[in-house]
Amino acid sequence: MQKAIKKYFPIFVLPTMIAFAIGFLAPFILGIYLSFCDFTTVTDAEFIGIGNYLKILGDAEFIHSLWYTALFTVVTVILINVLAFAVALLLTKGIRGTNVFRTVFFMPNLIGGIVLGYVWQLLLNGVLARFERTLTYSEWFGFWGLVILMLWQQVGYMMIIYISGIQNIPGELIEAAKIDGARPSQILRHVTIPMVMPSITICTFLTLTNGFKLFDQNLALTNGAPSRMSELLALNIYNTFYGRAGWEGVGQAKAVVFFIIVGVIALLQNRLTTSKEVQQ
Amino acid sequence: MKKKRVLAFVLAAAMAGGLVTGCGGSGNSDGGSSSGSGSTGKVYYLNFKPEQADQWVELAGQYTEETGVQVDVQTAASGTYESQLKSEMAKDEAPTLFQVNGPVGLATWKDYCYDLSDSAVYKDVSSDDYVLKDGDQVLGVAYVIETYGLIYNKALLNDYFDASWSTVKSIDDLNNFDALKTVAEEIQAHKDDLGVEGAFTSAGMDSSSDWRFKTHLANLPIYYEYKDRGITSTDAIEGTYLDNYKQIWDLYINNATCEPSMISSKTGDDASSEFALGEAVFYQNGTWAYNDIKDNEVADEDLGMLPIYIGAEGEEEQGLCTGSENYWCVNKNASEEDIQATLDFMQWVVESDAGRDMLANEMGFVTPFTTFSDYLPSNPLVLANEEYSEAGKTPVSWNFTTMPSENWKNNLGSALLEYAQGTGDWDGVVTAFVDGWATEYAAANE
Repeated sequence: MQKAIKKYFPIFVLPTMIAFAIGFLAPFILGIYLSFCDFTTVTDAEFIGIGNYLKILGDAEFIHSLWYTALFTVVTVILINVLAFAVALLLTKGIRGTNVFRTVFFMPNLIGGIVLGYVWQLLLNGVLARFERTLTYSEWFGFWGLVILMLWQQVGYMMIIYISGIQNIPGELIEAAKIDGARPSQILRHVTIPMVMPSITICTFLTLTNGFKLFDQNLALTNGAPSRMSELLALNIYNTFYGRAGWEGVGQAKAVVFFIIVGVIALLQNRLTTSKEVQQ
Repeated sequence: MKKKRVLAFVLAAAMAGGLVTGCGGSGNSDGGSSSGSGSTGKVYYLNFKPEQADQWVELAGQYTEETGVQVDVQTAASGTYESQLKSEMAKDEAPTLFQVNGPVGLATWKDYCYDLSDSAVYKDVSSDDYVLKDGDQVLGVAYVIETYGLIYNKALLNDYFDASWSTVKSIDDLNNFDALKTVAEEIQAHKDDLGVEGAFTSAGMDSSSDWRFKTHLANLPIYYEYKDRGITSTDAIEGTYLDNYKQIWDLYINNATCEPSMISSKTGDDASSEFALGEAVFYQNGTWAYNDIKDNEVADEDLGMLPIYIGAEGEEEQGLCTGSENYWCVNKNASEEDIQATLDFMQWVVESDAGRDMLANEMGFVTPFTTFSDYLPSNPLVLANEEYSEAGKTPVSWNFTTMPSENWKNNLGSALLEYAQGTGDWDGVVTAFVDGWATEYAAANE
């Protein structure tokens, strides 16, 4: 059987490979090529060299959205993971109605980003209206609005991952720690957290990349207002590409830069958290 | 052994399944296009005006019924036309008929525009003022002439004129900025007596709706500056009328149905419903807004339109703002048959009874075509404009088609909003207006 699979695997992999090449590789390579071009529609590109990349450097809005996104990612990664882990701990203690709570916390994740964005826009504006403010009054209103939205959406999902991690901890480890006289906080610090390190790796990876790539929610909630100050990177790229005549190539170049940034950070993070994982 | 067979079967099934769905997908799209593209060609119109989306689809259906030529109409959502056009044009089945908004829009798309100088539509246009030319080539033809100003509710305004506390007593005296300011502020102060929420509708600055101020209102300072300097476009605006822009903007935001700090989430739809329900007296918008207002609280005979007075010299003779930002362009990269089919369709729209009836009566358009002399629209806002022309007032031309870029408008809109809600000052607007013009012009024409 091993031999058969070895012999025929190219055939079995072929359909997926074709789909991957058409849906991912080809656009990716085309995208990199286009970042060196001047064009109106993607079919009439003309090669111009690195001019597009030079324009990025002088684009204050891009720089702003770069650190704005970085800050947003830092805040959401910390908050989502801390809250998700705390909820997961609570819901593995065997309290009444655990399954109901798990379901309820997970549900927001099933709603699409655009819908969530509009729903939260109505909700938050409804609250802020009491103070005669709106969500787009300043970039920080939008920032915290987005953070709240993201927490609501993602905590449940990360919670599920943490729950499965916690449930996989062998009972005897905890028991042994208890017999040795460890306090609950010590068990958490020295047993539970090291044992769920693989889950932490996955969750930080997911929240980190989600934070950087966030688009739908940003578009629906603030659309970058006011003055494009609450624009995250992905939305900035989109607006450069579609919003400015003659800047399509610059938008494309930003997308390439964006890919490199996210790629590097994700790899670094992966290496960092993986190194902390312990063998069972 | 059995396991192996099952595994092989599952893998084979997965692969076959992939193939089947792959074939199915492409088969469907092939079927779709082959049934459409006969030898006659077909038309794909990417429409700019969401207000008339349904009517265009209906008109296309009538044409298909009559001639058998397939006409697809797509309408971009408000504010997304450029992005939709950009992605549609990259497709194999690109729009054959699309729109640009004027000279600046044309600059982006002129490599895609078919020369219309021999077309029937161009021959029907009453004057070259309504076409976009590049040398001898006619690349765009306007199909609707529109007018905007301050739409007002005659019934409410008459209540104001009759009130004991009013200073201005007749619509004839309401012909300059000072009068408008007095009226607006008195209405605002006595809004409960009149039963309104405010003098003006909320100045919605949501990014889908801020064009009313960053584009249409900004036209007035540009118009007066161009007039003083005797030019029709410029690479550097001086902003000589920005103080006037400020005073009209202040008037709008301080005498409205909502606090200035709230306008960032208000939309044009909010403003339109406030006006339609009689909650505000003035509403800055144009003839196209009639479809949204009609059949509500405000009766047709109560609809009027005032020029937008900003306090410029001699504005008593100023009329409404009239022009076009809707130019038809034909995609020259389309196939020969499709181009011909598109030209035939355009001709049918402006020459046939069905087409003319739809444009004039259903869509409420005033058109620049000579064929429409028997088809004048019943839109009361259009009639208001005719009254001003007959009274000899000078219409304000649409100079916002010469604004250097979309980005300039967006930056101006943001600055206006920040000024309104108190997070920025007026200098920000001046910078966006004057400095922004120069940098955006340079960027667009490098």
